[in-house]
Amino acid sequence: MSERVPILQIGDILLVSIQTDLDDQSVLNLQDDLAARVVESAAHGVVIDISAVEIVDSFVGRMLATIAAISRMLDAETVVVGMRPAVAITLVELGLSLGGVSTALNLDLGLRLLERARGGRDGLTAEPTAS
Amino acid sequence: MTVEAGEGLLPIVANDDVVRARQLVRTLAQDCRLSLVEQTKLVTAASELARNTLVHGGGGTLRGELIRNGLRRGVQVVFRDSGPGIADLELALTDGWSSGTGMGLGLSGSRRLVDEFAIESEPGRGTTVTITKWAR
Ligand SMILES: Nc1ncnc2c1ncn2[C@@H]1O[C@H](COP(=O)(O)OP(=O)(O)OP(=O)(O)O)[C@@H](O)[C@H]1O
Ligand SMILES: [Mg+2]
Repeated sequence: MSERVPILQIGDILLVSIQTDLDDQSVLNLQDDLAARVVESAAHGVVIDISAVEIVDSFVGRMLATIAAISRMLDAETVVVGMRPAVAITLVELGLSLGGVSTALNLDLGLRLLERARGGRDGLTAEPTAS
Repeated sequence: MTVEAGEGLLPIVANDDVVRARQLVRTLAQDCRLSLVEQTKLVTAASELARNTLVHGGGGTLRGELIRNGLRRGVQVVFRDSGPGIADLELALTDGWSSGTGMGLGLSGSRRLVDEFAIESEPGRGTTVTITKWAR
């Protein structure tokens, strides 16, 4: 009974909010759907909101790392937002460091992180230097 | 040690059952009044072990119950399958070791997340993993 998690687009950012306890097949579907949408939409950022997620085990953890790696290869940055403290504590004890995955405490900070990453790369936010 | 209400037996034969396993263990953890962090650790361990039962053990069962030892209350969950078993338990319990494409964190990681962890396995006969978490 695998389900599809909706992927929203705001400007050049894709937003996914995981609201239900997903079985492994749905987790894999999300991974594939996101990769396809990144290419289709030429998005430059992916935000995955896990504030409603009660546990992240090795399977979901690996999905987050894989999505980050795939999007990077497709010219998009991924940021995981809203991780609950109990989830963070558990992940560390499980042995999953999620290295390579950017995180932010909430959606707002996540979006700012992506903006900065993009600006940094294109030099768009470079402050005009007062001479 | 006496068994209390709230027990449950769950077959683990499909992906959905791993989701149900998490739900059943969460309910027991809440009934036992484990702290939120302890609940999260126990449910995460159960998720790893239920997936192992399904993927490596070829399916099996989960039995969860509230237990009591004197004044201490706890949750005990038993995962059982009659799959291929594990030839080298020490190796299987090593961080990062997987016979497949997994990250090899399921067994070693879930052992760290609980208070008591016991594994019995015989090649060709199956695997039983028992985990316990006590309320503080
Ligand atoms: N119920 C089981 N029956 C048979 N073999 C098992 C069982 N559980 C674990 N194993 C063996 O132990 C190894 C280690 O298990 P562990 O859960 O740590 O890693 P994994 O399942 O391979 O990867 P991960 O759980 O990190 O995705 C497995 O690769 C498998 O060979
Ligand atoms: Mg495993």
